Amino acid sequence: MTVRDLAAALNLEVLTGGINLDRQVISGYTSDLLSDVIANIDDDAVWITIQRHVNILGVAKLKDVAAIVIPRKLDLEESFIEKAKDEGIAILRGSRSAFELSGLIYNQLMRG
Amino acid sequence: MVDSLQYTPQITLEFEIGEKDFFIAGECASRVKKTLQQLGLKQDVIKRIAIIIYEAAMNVAIHATRGMLFVHVDPEAISIRTEDVGAGIEDIDLAMKEGYSTASYEVREMGFGAGMGLSNIKQCSDELKIESKVGVGTTLDARVYFLNRDKAD
Repeated sequence: MTVRDLAAALNLEVLTGGINLDRQVISGYTSDLLSDVIANIDDDAVWITIQRHVNILGVAKLKDVAAIVIPRKLDLEESFIEKAKDEGIAILRGSRSAFELSGLIYNQLMRG
Repeated sequence: MVDSLQYTPQITLEFEIGEKDFFIAGECASRVKKTLQQLGLKQDVIKRIAIIIYEAAMNVAIHATRGMLFVHVDPEAISIRTEDVGAGIEDIDLAMKEGYSTASYEVREMGFGAGMGLSNIKQCSDELKIESKVGVGTTLDARVYFLNRDKAD
């Protein structure tokens, strides 16, 4: 499914406008440790994390993640959103916890 | 994808890394990744090299006062070298252990410094050499072969 479909299905806010919404998602990874993400995230994955500083965008870009998903409606700085747009990375945000979002996203992806 | 390079490029890429310059690690790795993709290297080899570069550059940004990253492409391998001026490593074997870290609380709170950097580098390298002097600095040399070689587990 695409980033757009995933956001629509789970009622996630899209904070980066039209950026990267047609990108395919086939996997996901939930972690706040960047070395763990670097070593273990799959291709075409959404990354669920509570980290919200611009340096994580370097990791997202390097691993070519499909989108970053921020849980619990956590606040984001404008500079983070702007940098994500510049780097072509979609930022989604949900109201549920990382645990719940991971489960919901997993179910969506398994359904195809 | 080709198994060997069409020609024999001798490319060296250089990056300067400043203290606490955390964004540069991702930048270095992304840029090298692009160059290697243009050279037609296999995707899994590029992935390993990107991880080494990211983690090695991150180590310099976290622990040193300044440093350099060099990436050299020769006909059979990629060499990655960091040279830094800084605290150095007291016990390299201990530093290699997954989960061992001397990173500050602030750095860890950002999701860095989890003690996985050197073990990630080791897993991705075919050869790894680290030399360090406490209070002086550290040099790290990693090498990844890409000619029909799969890394043994």
